[in-house]
Amino acid sequence: MTFVQNLTLFVLAAFVGYEIITKIPTNLHTPLMSGANAISGITLLGSVVVAGSGSTTLATALGFVAVVMATVNVVGGYLVSHFMLDQFSQRGK
Amino acid sequence: MAGVLGGLPDSVLQFAYLIASVLFIQGLRDMTHPRTATRGNGISALGMFIAVAVTVLWFEILSPLVLAAALLVGGGIGAWLAVTVETTEMPQLVGLFNGFGGGASALVAGAELVDLTATGSGLPVGVTATAAIAGIIGSVTFWGSLVAAGKLHGLVGGSPVSSNVGHVIKAVCLVAALAGGVALVVQPGFAGGDLVPSYWFLIVAASVLGIFLVVPIGGADMPVVIALLNSYSGLAAATTGFVLNNTVLIVAGTLVGASGLILTVIMCESMNRSLTNVLFGGLGGDDEMA
Repeated sequence: MTFVQNLTLFVLAAFVGYEIITKIPTNLHTPLMSGANAISGITLLGSVVVAGSGSTTLATALGFVAVVMATVNVVGGYLVSHFMLDQFSQRGK
Repeated sequence: MAGVLGGLPDSVLQFAYLIASVLFIQGLRDMTHPRTATRGNGISALGMFIAVAVTVLWFEILSPLVLAAALLVGGGIGAWLAVTVETTEMPQLVGLFNGFGGGASALVAGAELVDLTATGSGLPVGVTATAAIAGIIGSVTFWGSLVAAGKLHGLVGGSPVSSNVGHVIKAVCLVAALAGGVALVVQPGFAGGDLVPSYWFLIVAASVLGIFLVVPIGGADMPVVIALLNSYSGLAAATTGFVLNNTVLIVAGTLVGASGLILTVIMCESMNRSLTNVLFGGLGGDDEMA
């Protein structure tokens, strides 16, 4: 992948992200923020690659901490979003 | 030794990443409607599972035990926090999680720099420049989110403060962080075992910047601040994708960066706040002096 190809992905994804968020009911603001936050934990992939392939102790140690932090973000983020939405659906009944 | 799936052509990995990207987009879109929101969260989680599983099985993992331990520890902490949290404390928990994501991006970029110099492969401008951006945004997100979560939790003073000293500190830190970034690009250092000092200097400057950006903002604005920092952590992940040449990192990170920014604007509007006010802290905000 060249830099320009990566840049193409970046620009197109920015437009998609811009377009999919339209009118949202106020009570979904926080769950959506939480769900998007869980997706930003995608940085876990980078952490996994670096932690696993680190050729020095320092790189592996940094990668280890990064994997722990990113996994907290991913697992916690999806669970909290789910619990939030659960409560909204119960309140609606 | 390559990963379990490492013998397959690269297009298989890219195809799995494409599926994950589509699931993220559909999941986010579903989360904007009350009836489909829960399903959307599940779809997005499935995308994440596919992306992580394929990555773990694909890449050469020199220390599988270390990786497994990190995944278990992180997953355990995340699940425990999510399950035990009180409903009223969920917003600050989201802020905390968000900070962790940003911090991870900054660490990954740093680890990649250290790794590249250690193996003597050199640091091309594309890598150092994007690593500098990931480092700055990631550190600002980490410390800013910690302060925001602390304010919501009552650990940090919630009242808005506006001081000229604060603005000077912010300006100095921003200039220092950018100078560190330029130094990293101009003189990346190729010696084996080089610790890339300019990167860590940049991290410290951006960390102080992140703290001073959020401290002056009043507690009532914290949900908007966390939404904005969430957008930042998406951008940090996207720039990390540039550093590592990873397509799904770029797509998912950018998605969150863009949609998070729109969500921030929408949240501002529903609270009758202006985004510039939140963006620049107390800068032009007379109404924050309440």
